[in-house]
Amino acid sequence: MIRSEILKDIAPILRDQLVVCNIGIPSQELHAIDDQPTNFYMLGTMGLASSIGLGLALSQPKPVIVIDGDGSVLTNLGTLPTIGNNCPPNYILMIIDNGSYGSTGDQPTYTGAKTDLAGMARAAGCDNVIEVQDVDTGAALQEALDSGKGTVMVVKCDSGNAKMPVITMDPVVIRDRFMKAVAS
Amino acid sequence: MSISKKLVDDFVANDVSFITTVPCKQLAGVIDEVEARPEIFHIPSNKEDEGMGLCAGAWMGGKRPAIIMQNTAIGVTINTLATLIQYYRMPLPMLISFRGELREPVACQVEMAVHTKALLNQLNIPTYHFHRESDASEFDQILKYTFMCNKPVAILTDASFWGGYGDQ
Repeated sequence: MIRSEILKDIAPILRDQLVVCNIGIPSQELHAIDDQPTNFYMLGTMGLASSIGLGLALSQPKPVIVIDGDGSVLTNLGTLPTIGNNCPPNYILMIIDNGSYGSTGDQPTYTGAKTDLAGMARAAGCDNVIEVQDVDTGAALQEALDSGKGTVMVVKCDSGNAKMPVITMDPVVIRDRFMKAVAS
Repeated sequence: MSISKKLVDDFVANDVSFITTVPCKQLAGVIDEVEARPEIFHIPSNKEDEGMGLCAGAWMGGKRPAIIMQNTAIGVTINTLATLIQYYRMPLPMLISFRGELREPVACQVEMAVHTKALLNQLNIPTYHFHRESDASEFDQILKYTFMCNKPVAILTDASFWGGYGDQ
């Protein structure tokens, strides 16, 4: 499965949750598959989805699901120790690990070679780290939500992107409707 | 009252309850004070752009955030300031140690000091420079201004403000 197929698969689970979605094609895919006010789409700032989601989870009680990528986590590796030492029970970091930089033309990342993101997350102090194969994502995500424990999921899948339109919504509109959904 | 305590009192009085910090010798007293206050959740970050991401999330979660960092970090965070904090129009007080000014012992610090105000100006970031101890009296108003206009705002605090580096 490629990322867009996983997102279609788990859209019914994501729909009722606060979701912080990674820059580029992941946000375009989620926006096209199931746009919700509970989705915060990153339009820039590669690497910070996990950090934005962590700040959000630490500041209010609702569950927060971050849809991140292997390339984006690699660009902000300092996030893993911060998560490992401060992880609240309502935080789920779901790293879609397709071993490539999808939004820029599928150039390979190091996770497709020797680098093990799950091992790095554990070494950084993250207590609940699970590795999941693409087809099992929905069940694993639901289990993580039900567990009430902060969780890092590394979802292994194929490289590739669906052709989706660019998000033209104004960033302040995205942010404003998201904040209203957070507060409701 | 110590300056560190006064600055953190102003944070608390303005309901700033989520502060991320990157270590700094000049700001060590402020960081200690932030850590000591039960009203503030203190989360150290490993890099300043990461810290700004945490602050963005905290603000969307209903908390007033702030970041404490050195001026060298302006070089690290330009993209984050432009495409996250400013693009989504979020408030962010940035209490910054202004290294490389008068009384600076480390020459390399001057290399970023000469760019600091130019970069902040280029980004249209409201910037305040605390040089004398009495300048801290404006901090409360600067915080109110930041959360009124939903912008990143820089407060540069130089070595003269902090009374030198102590070991000179």
